Amino acid sequence: MPKHTLLTKLSLAPLAASLLAFAAPASAQLAGDVFIHDPSTLTYSDGKWYTFGTRGGGLSSEDGWTWEDGAVRPGGGVAPDTIKIGDRYYVSWAVGGGGMSGGHASDVKIMWTRSLDPNSPDFEFHEIGTIASSDGYENHDAIDPAFLYQDGRLWLSYGTYFGSIRMIELDPATGLRLAGNEPVEIAIDMEATALMYRDGWYYLLGTHGTCCDGPNSTYNIRVGRSRSPTGPYVDNMGQPLLRGGGKLVATSHDRMIGAGHFGLIDLGDDIQKFSLHYEADMERSGRSVLAIEPLLWRDGWPVAGENVRPGTYQIQSQRSGNALQLQTDFVRIPFDARAAWMAGPDAPIVTVPAQTLPDVEAGWADGPVRVDLSAYMVRPNQHWTITPAPEAGGWFGAPYYRITVEGTERTLAATDNREVAAMPAAADDDSQLWRIDQLIDGTYRITPKRYADEGLAMVAIGTSTPSLVPFDAGSDAGRWQFKLP
Amino acid sequence: MTKTWTAASAVTAALALWAVNADAREPGQYPPLSDYFSPAAPAPTAPDADGFITRWLLLEPISKPNPTNTVFTRSYVREELSPATYPGDFAKVESDGQRVNGLQWHALDSRLWDVKLFNFAQALDKPKYGVVFWAVTVIDVPEEMAGVRLAVGSNSASRWWLNGEEVAGLYDDRRMVMDDVLSDRLTLKAGRNVIRGAIINGPGLSDFCLRFLDADGQPIRNLAIDIK
Repeated sequence: MPKHTLLTKLSLAPLAASLLAFAAPASAQLAGDVFIHDPSTLTYSDGKWYTFGTRGGGLSSEDGWTWEDGAVRPGGGVAPDTIKIGDRYYVSWAVGGGGMSGGHASDVKIMWTRSLDPNSPDFEFHEIGTIASSDGYENHDAIDPAFLYQDGRLWLSYGTYFGSIRMIELDPATGLRLAGNEPVEIAIDMEATALMYRDGWYYLLGTHGTCCDGPNSTYNIRVGRSRSPTGPYVDNMGQPLLRGGGKLVATSHDRMIGAGHFGLIDLGDDIQKFSLHYEADMERSGRSVLAIEPLLWRDGWPVAGENVRPGTYQIQSQRSGNALQLQTDFVRIPFDARAAWMAGPDAPIVTVPAQTLPDVEAGWADGPVRVDLSAYMVRPNQHWTITPAPEAGGWFGAPYYRITVEGTERTLAATDNREVAAMPAAADDDSQLWRIDQLIDGTYRITPKRYADEGLAMVAIGTSTPSLVPFDAGSDAGRWQFKLP
Repeated sequence: MTKTWTAASAVTAALALWAVNADAREPGQYPPLSDYFSPAAPAPTAPDADGFITRWLLLEPISKPNPTNTVFTRSYVREELSPATYPGDFAKVESDGQRVNGLQWHALDSRLWDVKLFNFAQALDKPKYGVVFWAVTVIDVPEEMAGVRLAVGSNSASRWWLNGEEVAGLYDDRRMVMDDVLSDRLTLKAGRNVIRGAIINGPGLSDFCLRFLDADGQPIRNLAIDIK
């Protein structure tokens, strides 16, 4: 992994615990202290999520949105990974290697603790030893370890694009390499690997391209899969990862450049996300930052999803296909049906104007108005403007949002009796704040902040009726699509 | 209804008229009432296997000419189907055979999961299109049930009351779909609960279906349905 060495060479300031807290720029995903390189897989301990980076230290968060510096990982070195097995948190990291002035002689080490919270009495790291090495002469660089615990077996991938990615098996009871286990080469052209298992497939993710050059870093995340943890891993075209294959998972977008170092976050209920770092957040000085994005599954392959973008949409129920709408009287568009039916071939063609808000708004009731679901008719009461509200916080890579009828102050709210209504104006409390999380099939779950702790989401409990009830991942009733009008 | 509707409705009305004229069989040629209903049995009944309530007092249809469903706006339906337009005492449950304004109440058990209002009217040689139906039933609840929802579908628009309180409305252009509209969470009191509904039909095959769902969305079946 050249990034550590390059960072040193370029005399960049260490990614230390002295970073200031920054408010989230409008386009950013996360708030607080987000500067990190090579974030480890997010791991939950003592009420917080933790991630550790290169050089030591790390970040923690209670909600996956606002992060603070101060996590503690001893041992220095680069690119750790973390996994919890039983009551132990194993942490693996590498010392040495990374190329350039650091050479390629490196040791992958492992240690464990019963808590990741430095304030916990159980926080005490026990170093076990070295579980893999590169000698500095072979075509290999033993850094960037990544765990997978599956079916009672503990696997570890490691390596960089200087040679091969290798896989070894560890003893989950001790963290040490199984006696007699020999590394297996499973990929080339990668670094910052990660492992996942799903539906009988082992997935090897890794980062292609080059890091550590800010907005000019070409990092992007790729994947191959295999029925065996030791390969052969191939991509969607059947190209072996040992020959440079890899299907794209995530790459640069918007103001975020250089996607690398994948880490799965399985939040349950068909919501999976992944942590990564972007080599450059163009709104944060082009520095390397933590990010969290939705993970989708398409035809057995993981691919990055997308938070809903600010804008105006039809909100379509996956249950009925009906659109969320303010309950108002249906207003006919002026139209001469008889003339249309009787029109001859030479009749002039004219455009029919769309119904607009001024056409109908005067007839809408004052005060709170309930919402329902109906056939989408491209009408003003069916168009909702989604506005991020990062000042209110967020949850795992997505800010809270406000949802208003386009062109009005009428705002979707979670009512006292756990129903859904549009209020006539904005409120300062949580009732009008919504989480919008993309599910693994690409649809979205819409969760009221007010009742998030109860597990409630906006669900189409009938063909035409939305309500706030517990989300059921086994049903389409709580899944929504945001479609452009 | 507006002038713009009048223009648009001309074509639809003509088509509806054509449909009525084309259906020119003698009354005896229509499917008999017994194809869809049987007289309500003396003993209380239970919801069907899916929880649908099939025993109802149905009033013969009230003429309310409407050639299309798209005029059934919320305001119109709420004005025309209301306690004020109920043909009788909104607080009382009528009895089988009772007449009001020349129309008769019929206590019936639907043979199906839904209640075929169109066939009810047709079998009695009453108007089928452009009409309002009223339906009433009584459920006996063994113990108070909270967090319950009334789930209803209707062709076309309709309004529904539980113990005199409005709990659901289906407006605009409707076809009957099970669990189309659900009420807010409500409480069925122990003992007698009265359900009353009004359904308006334009040119359609009018019917409705109604059941109660528990907090988990499962149908409630431990109800005794009677209309006495």
